[in-house]
Amino acid sequence: MAYVIEGSTGPWEVVIGLEVHAHIISRSKLFSGAATAFGAEPNSQVSFVDAAFPGMLPVINGECVAQAVRTGLGLRAHIHLVSRFDRKNYFYPDLPPGYQISQYAHPIVGAGVIEIELADGSTRSIGVTRLHMEQDAGKSLHDQHPTKSYIDLNRAGVALMEIVSEPDLRSPEEAGAYIRKLRSILRYLGTCDGNMEEGSLRADVNVSVRKHGEPYRTRCEVKNVNSVRFVMQAIEAEATRQVAVWEGGGTVDQETRLFDPARGVTRSMRSKEDAHDYRYFPDPDLFPLVLDEAWVEALRRDLPELPDEKRARFTRDYGLSAYDAGVLVAEQATARYFEEVARGRDAKQAANWVTGDLFATLNRTGRSIEDSPVSAASLGRILDLVADGTINGRIAKDLFDAVAETGDAPDAIVESRGLRQVTDTGAIDAAVTAVLAANPDKVAEYRSGKDKLFGFFVGQVMREMRGKGNPALVNEALKRVL
Amino acid sequence: MFDFTLAGARAALRARQVSARELTTAHLGAIEALNPRLNAFITVTPDLALRQAAAADAALARGEAGNLTGIPLAIKDLFCTAGVRTTAASRILEPFVPPYESTVTANLLRDGAVFLGKANLDEFAMGSSNMTSAFGPVTNPWTRPGDPSPLVPGGSSGGSAAAVAAGLALGATATDTGGSIRQPASFCGIAGIKPTYGRCSRWGIVAFASSLDQAGPLARTVEDCAILLGSMAGHDPKDSTSADRPVPDFAAACRRGVRGLRIGVPREYRSDDMPPEIEALWQQGLAWLREAGAETIDVSLPHTKYGLATYYIVAPAEASSNLARYDGVRFGARTEGGDLTGMYENTRAAGFGAEVQRRILIGTYVLSAGYYDAYYLRAQKIRALILRDFTEVFRTVDALLTPTAPSSAFAQGERMDDPVKMYLNDVFTVPANMSGVPGLSVPAGLDARGLPLGLQVLGKPFDEETVFAVGAALERAAGFSARPSLRAGG
Repeated sequence: MAYVIEGSTGPWEVVIGLEVHAHIISRSKLFSGAATAFGAEPNSQVSFVDAAFPGMLPVINGECVAQAVRTGLGLRAHIHLVSRFDRKNYFYPDLPPGYQISQYAHPIVGAGVIEIELADGSTRSIGVTRLHMEQDAGKSLHDQHPTKSYIDLNRAGVALMEIVSEPDLRSPEEAGAYIRKLRSILRYLGTCDGNMEEGSLRADVNVSVRKHGEPYRTRCEVKNVNSVRFVMQAIEAEATRQVAVWEGGGTVDQETRLFDPARGVTRSMRSKEDAHDYRYFPDPDLFPLVLDEAWVEALRRDLPELPDEKRARFTRDYGLSAYDAGVLVAEQATARYFEEVARGRDAKQAANWVTGDLFATLNRTGRSIEDSPVSAASLGRILDLVADGTINGRIAKDLFDAVAETGDAPDAIVESRGLRQVTDTGAIDAAVTAVLAANPDKVAEYRSGKDKLFGFFVGQVMREMRGKGNPALVNEALKRVL
Repeated sequence: MFDFTLAGARAALRARQVSARELTTAHLGAIEALNPRLNAFITVTPDLALRQAAAADAALARGEAGNLTGIPLAIKDLFCTAGVRTTAASRILEPFVPPYESTVTANLLRDGAVFLGKANLDEFAMGSSNMTSAFGPVTNPWTRPGDPSPLVPGGSSGGSAAAVAAGLALGATATDTGGSIRQPASFCGIAGIKPTYGRCSRWGIVAFASSLDQAGPLARTVEDCAILLGSMAGHDPKDSTSADRPVPDFAAACRRGVRGLRIGVPREYRSDDMPPEIEALWQQGLAWLREAGAETIDVSLPHTKYGLATYYIVAPAEASSNLARYDGVRFGARTEGGDLTGMYENTRAAGFGAEVQRRILIGTYVLSAGYYDAYYLRAQKIRALILRDFTEVFRTVDALLTPTAPSSAFAQGERMDDPVKMYLNDVFTVPANMSGVPGLSVPAGLDARGLPLGLQVLGKPFDEETVFAVGAALERAAGFSARPSLRAGG
């Protein structure tokens, strides 16, 4: 079912394009040697270049260029061997030179593609228009003093990648999937940590609506949305607003808007008439950026296996469903964990354990997979203990929780708590006899045809055996006696 | 003491015939005596100069003389100097003391130079007369015989040129965006070279137009310029446009001679309204070079006529952006306003003079949406054609000879009514900036009113050596020995 906004005149299609700003992981800034660490004392990571002192000049940081190229390669995009930096001119106190150095006319990366996976298991290819490098601005703090604004230039000059999508997205879900997928690729590549809370990843969302089959109508840009959830909410709110405007006989004006998550609405920030004239022109302090093709190829050779390739391999080699594979590859650490558990074992079981009990435990304890209370080796051992019949599947869950709680080795817990499954038919028969003796009425009902009660007897016997009975042997014994 | 060339003073220092302290003290004395009339210095740094001179004498005593050990210089107040106020001759930077040293001045200090102080200039190097300085105009040490009216030294490096011409310094740093080294050199009867774009680092020089700005020396002889440029030049990783190539022995090139060289004479530099005495001097210069064994050839630089118009689009465009940082927020002068916009407006209205404001407005206009293609983009295309003209012509000639400026020094206050008249001063010098090629002005004669005139030698990119060889040959032939009326020791 295609996503639509139902208006009074019928359904409206939503057209969405995203501009994602991603902080490049690098030790120093795009054009200066100042450090980039998040959370440092205000104005402690500012060079004279960042503060735009007279006579200071930008020098490109080669590592940032490599990161942008890696990202372009990861997006299966065309790498422009010649690109150029332009100046985007506007006055603001957190922009010391009065211009941002950006790649306006000639970006380093051209057209690429991102495959998104949706909840119904379908996938779509979303076009990436371009990726370019630019500087971030500093931060203005307006709430520190009754009449003054404070400026923190730590972020000024930090390298950003702006990744622009085609207007290919058609629903909040697709937009969310796009950002999650992009984030996953960036994290795989190690080019952006994807941390939206710290502002490492921010999105400008372009939204328009139209009737099916129409050309595009006027779009509005919702600026600086900083979580996947807010992106999805902002799209819905903005699309709903635009439908109401059109259906009310009005026209949507091209403008920049802000999303207010508390009230769930967008509001106007500035109209097209108030839009800045940025007076872009090539930065005369920098020659065009010329890349060596062999250098680009070397970066390509060194790329890690990316989510799409890994997902394809997981479905092919491990026989996983596309959905499970997608969940497991979203984070490199999860995929690594899964592969360690699955190595030489039943991969589907491994996948079930990771996406089931492990994720639940991580959620409950608030820990990351890198810092999981149950290591991949321990989980693998638990699976081995089930496979070789040492414990049964039911005990395995208890054992997993015990490992999570104590951090002890699975074998030690099996021994200390006596969790080995009972395969001694004498003990099983004794338990069966006791259960039947205690429930003569149920036995009579079963024998008169109430087959469903078999499960009840299995449960009672297992309970009698404190969960450790071998399920197959218990079934066998019950069937024989009943 | 004041008859020394830089090369001569260097020899005397090394021979211990004079000490750096004596040389420095004499120049500081001359500044004290003459600067009130010339206004060539915005800031004089006697204590610093004497400390540097003492260090120079110590180095000389140890026999560790560098290229410039003990040589007193004036520094154009566009070069940031650590701990010494750097104003760009603008109110907006009046209180600015840089915590860093520009690469060019650091190179000079590395080689032992002594800095006397910061030389006056047109505000932000925008001007051809030194009349736009917020610290008052510079007076040319030359006057017309029998006419006391003060003349301009040219600009923007007018303070540097006047200081060197009047003997207040043995040499000076300068910068040239459209002629700001060569035109003042011509007006003040001294030598000055704008080297190839990229030869000297721009790091730490207050930017006017980044793609055109280039530092170079002013001195009383061609050889002195060569010695200074040898120290100033060199690759700097902090300037992305700095050229990574070795610095040749420029001084040695001055002794090469011109036998067998082919000297081009661009016909587009000839115009009907050129004063006949400038035309005559140009022909004389060509004759001198032929006598010294060079061949002179008429050539064409067909896009020359667009040079000035194009320059006055590109330079203000870059300036409008480069000067955005003077906003009163982080350094320099601030004038409060009711709100942020008010503070910006008040600060920049009070801080920038009329010519700077004019150029910011022109630059902002030519970069605006809707005008960019018609102005800036077309100017860049013509700029490429101007460069192509030079590339073509340098296939057949080794250097070009032209007049430096269309006139000798004019009176202070003249040509102030029409900015275009003022801009026409740069007509012969601007093409070298647009194309990046090196250009040297050599004092070659006097006009009928007794004022100096320069000839300009243009060369191939990074072939300053040939430019110096040709310039030195002209200098030898011209035997220019006239001296300004206002002069240290004179």
